[in-house]
Amino acid sequence: MFTKIMNWLDERLGLRTIYNVTLDRKVPKVNWWFTLGSASLFLFVMQAVTGIFLTVYYVPSPDHAYDSIQYIMTGVSYGWLIRGLHHWGASLMVVVVFIHMLRTFFYAAYKFPRELTWLTGVVLLLTTLGMGFTGYLLPWNQRAYWATTVGTQIAGTAPVIGPLILGVLRGGTDLSAVTLARFFAVHIWFLPAVIGLMIGVHMYMIIRLGISHIPDKDE
Amino acid sequence: MQKSHHLSRNEFVKITVGALGAVIAGVVGIPAVAYLLSPALKNQALDAWVPLGPLDIYPVGEPTMFTFTRSRVNGWEKNVYSYGVYVYRKNEADVMVFSNVCTHLACRVTFQGDTREYDCPCHDAQFDIEGNVIGGPPPRPMDRYESKVEEGLLSIRLLEG
Repeated sequence: MFTKIMNWLDERLGLRTIYNVTLDRKVPKVNWWFTLGSASLFLFVMQAVTGIFLTVYYVPSPDHAYDSIQYIMTGVSYGWLIRGLHHWGASLMVVVVFIHMLRTFFYAAYKFPRELTWLTGVVLLLTTLGMGFTGYLLPWNQRAYWATTVGTQIAGTAPVIGPLILGVLRGGTDLSAVTLARFFAVHIWFLPAVIGLMIGVHMYMIIRLGISHIPDKDE
Repeated sequence: MQKSHHLSRNEFVKITVGALGAVIAGVVGIPAVAYLLSPALKNQALDAWVPLGPLDIYPVGEPTMFTFTRSRVNGWEKNVYSYGVYVYRKNEADVMVFSNVCTHLACRVTFQGDTREYDCPCHDAQFDIEGNVIGGPPPRPMDRYESKVEEGLLSIRLLEG
């Protein structure tokens, strides 16, 4: 029965072709450092899922942000778990994506024909940092408030356009409800959209070109 | 192929992966569902006697509106909810207290002095002066509160959850 259903679906959707192309790819002999890309993807999915769950209770307003998180932590069943995963997963994701970048760099895997994989990877690293920066403000506690005050102030020190950047980041001169709302919007809509798109291109390149082998001594 | 009593490697891997998958699905799935259902499962029971003042202030034969508020904590916020009840004294002895919440879909009913009935504007429901359905979609008569009169003071029992 199961085989029959699978065959029926496969005839129409080409599931086995997708499976063969994406998961049954031939790979060179590699080591554990090559698992970091998959680890990054896994962490992104985990952040996306836990993030979606957090938006069920979180309210991005100075009046409610802190209290709604207190409610998630103490009032909602397993709220501490969902938020804990999102909190620690965020730090872990920055670390894993960064080491993934180092691995690619040290094994010279960014060279022809994989330059575009590298470039999209750079965008992914920067957007991941952007997620960290915008997500940090959302708890709206003292640490979040002052970290964002300092972070946006640093951006404001850029020559000539510094004050403009500062104003755009904060949505005005000071940190306010406007800042919190736009950080939230960037955190859950803009950056995830960019990351999703870039992951698509990144993975398409990996499937199309395969992964590079570990360089030999004379290479 | 000869049938062996031992698990083949292939079978072992399949069973192990299946079992681990089930465990992980449970570990992830149960908290996820509990997280979403959590506020719905926390029952906020309410059982209180609400004073409506001296019975004498309510005229006999004329349903009179009395309003009061109760506060409740929802999530991280304390909310104040308004209640409206109609006190109807049929005669000197009998008093009926109705909720103004329509039994159809919870809009609020209003007593019409000229037609002597409670009308609900949402779906054109009508109740007579004693709360019985005389027209429209309500499935049952208007809800009545348990009431008591002690030393001339009227109070009703508010039961929720």
